[in-house]
Amino acid sequence: MTVVAVVRRTLLVLGLPVVLFALWWFATADSTDFYFPPLATILESFGKVWTGERLLSDVVPSLLRLTAGYLLAVVVGVGLGLVVGMRRTVRDYLEPVLELFRAIPPPVLVPVIMLFAGIGDTMKVLVIVSGCMWPILLNTVEGVRAVDEVLSDTCRSYGITGTARLRHLVLRGASPQIVTGMRQALSIGIILMVISEMFAASNGLGFTIVQFQRSFAIPEMWSGVLLLGVLGFLLSLLFRFAENRAMAWYHGLRRAQRNP
Amino acid sequence: MLDVQDLQKIYTGRHRNVEALRNLTFHIAEGELVCLVGPSGCGKTTLLKCMAGLLAPTRGEVRLDGRPVDGPPPGMAVVFQEYGRSLFAWMNVRDNVALPLRRKKLGKARERELVDHALEVVGLADAHQAYPWQLSGGMQQRVAIARAVAYEPKVLLMDEPFAAVDAQTRAELEDLIRRLWRELGVTVLFVTHDIDEAVYLGQRTIILSKSPTVVQEDLTIDLPDERDQLHTRSSTRFAELRAHVYEQIQRAKHHSGDTEAHTEAHTAAEDRIPEPALQKIEP
Repeated sequence: MTVVAVVRRTLLVLGLPVVLFALWWFATADSTDFYFPPLATILESFGKVWTGERLLSDVVPSLLRLTAGYLLAVVVGVGLGLVVGMRRTVRDYLEPVLELFRAIPPPVLVPVIMLFAGIGDTMKVLVIVSGCMWPILLNTVEGVRAVDEVLSDTCRSYGITGTARLRHLVLRGASPQIVTGMRQALSIGIILMVISEMFAASNGLGFTIVQFQRSFAIPEMWSGVLLLGVLGFLLSLLFRFAENRAMAWYHGLRRAQRNP
Repeated sequence: MLDVQDLQKIYTGRHRNVEALRNLTFHIAEGELVCLVGPSGCGKTTLLKCMAGLLAPTRGEVRLDGRPVDGPPPGMAVVFQEYGRSLFAWMNVRDNVALPLRRKKLGKARERELVDHALEVVGLADAHQAYPWQLSGGMQQRVAIARAVAYEPKVLLMDEPFAAVDAQTRAELEDLIRRLWRELGVTVLFVTHDIDEAVYLGQRTIILSKSPTVVQEDLTIDLPDERDQLHTRSSTRFAELRAHVYEQIQRAKHHSGDTEAHTEAHTAAEDRIPEPALQKIEP
């Protein structure tokens, strides 16, 4: 990339956020509205609230629960997806049920899960798993079903069977769809992390934001919302980075197919 | 070596059954290079899949070294037409060639040696690290051939491997197959729909009828063993054989296991098809 290209790209990426931020800044600059404090006030409280001990007592626990729930959902979703995708009979039986479960909005499961898992970390992790696993599961099933027949025959004729087949053919072949499911699951996971903490918790981002709102600490509340936005953005950047590395072959293949 | 005995394949569908192969019997001796040619849609791929143990026949059997083939047998490698779909897009060329060897547990050194050698003989010595999709179609098919070579098979089945590459590459790859066959002493069955290819490549050409398929003719290609694209293809004998195979294919379009069963009813129609080359060739 040339210098010009880098500058252009940076401008493209940062352009709209900067404009929106500026709009927010100037629109609220002289605000005396209690509920919509000036952005300057919000940023000031952002520095105060989220850099000290709250980082350890609220942000880190939230992120740990998100990580645990998300990773568990990946394991369960991919594992189940492989079984369902590879066994036609299993698929025929399970697919309608899976679609039904998927259609249930995960937040309504929070009270249900609270009944048997309590209000601790287990409940929050389970809520995240219960929402994140569906897109991963269903995309994995699709990916496994779409594994190329010729490649499958090739594996068979070379005696690549069992775990070797699973590892080198099925998982890798389905990986583009699995990654798509994981990307959808990430944003669901962030939402559920916050929601589960709003219901019942003693720490965490969702809990803190609700606390601020209830104690009318409005700039602090807004700063929490801002932090969530930034976190979501950073996580999706991280995801993109990891995806670009792991799926380089797929992007290359797609480019090659577009310009033969 | 490779025996096909009374092979029949009927695909059973929900509303109708399709008989792809009626009754096929032929034999391929060890070290032979045999081409299989027939009109399009004559069940060539079905036959090849049955022989590779990828598809169970309805009746009859395939034997490799006397043992019935009931699954992909070790010692057999298959090269498919769709090179773009038979290579692992997520592995580089080297790993694509090496993967089937892992199961053989030959040890790292031997494995490396086989992969290096296989890529060398197909002319891809400097493409180890490339991904298949970074290569041209012809080069991708070379990778698939290298993978088969490294596997050290006794039998190599090829299903129209050059149908999707351009004519110049195709000529090069045909010569590559001839060379590999002579150097490795492997038995090759080469399925094609290209008449020139069927005559140029093999020692024998088995001509199939249209579906439901029977063997229409088993033709010995009595061209000299040393072949090259220029002289072999311009020889009179090549032209004669080519014309003969061409006529047989034209006949095959009207001939199938069904017509064979009712030859009486069809003699009039068949008589109208002239067969001058047939008379010329047969001693």
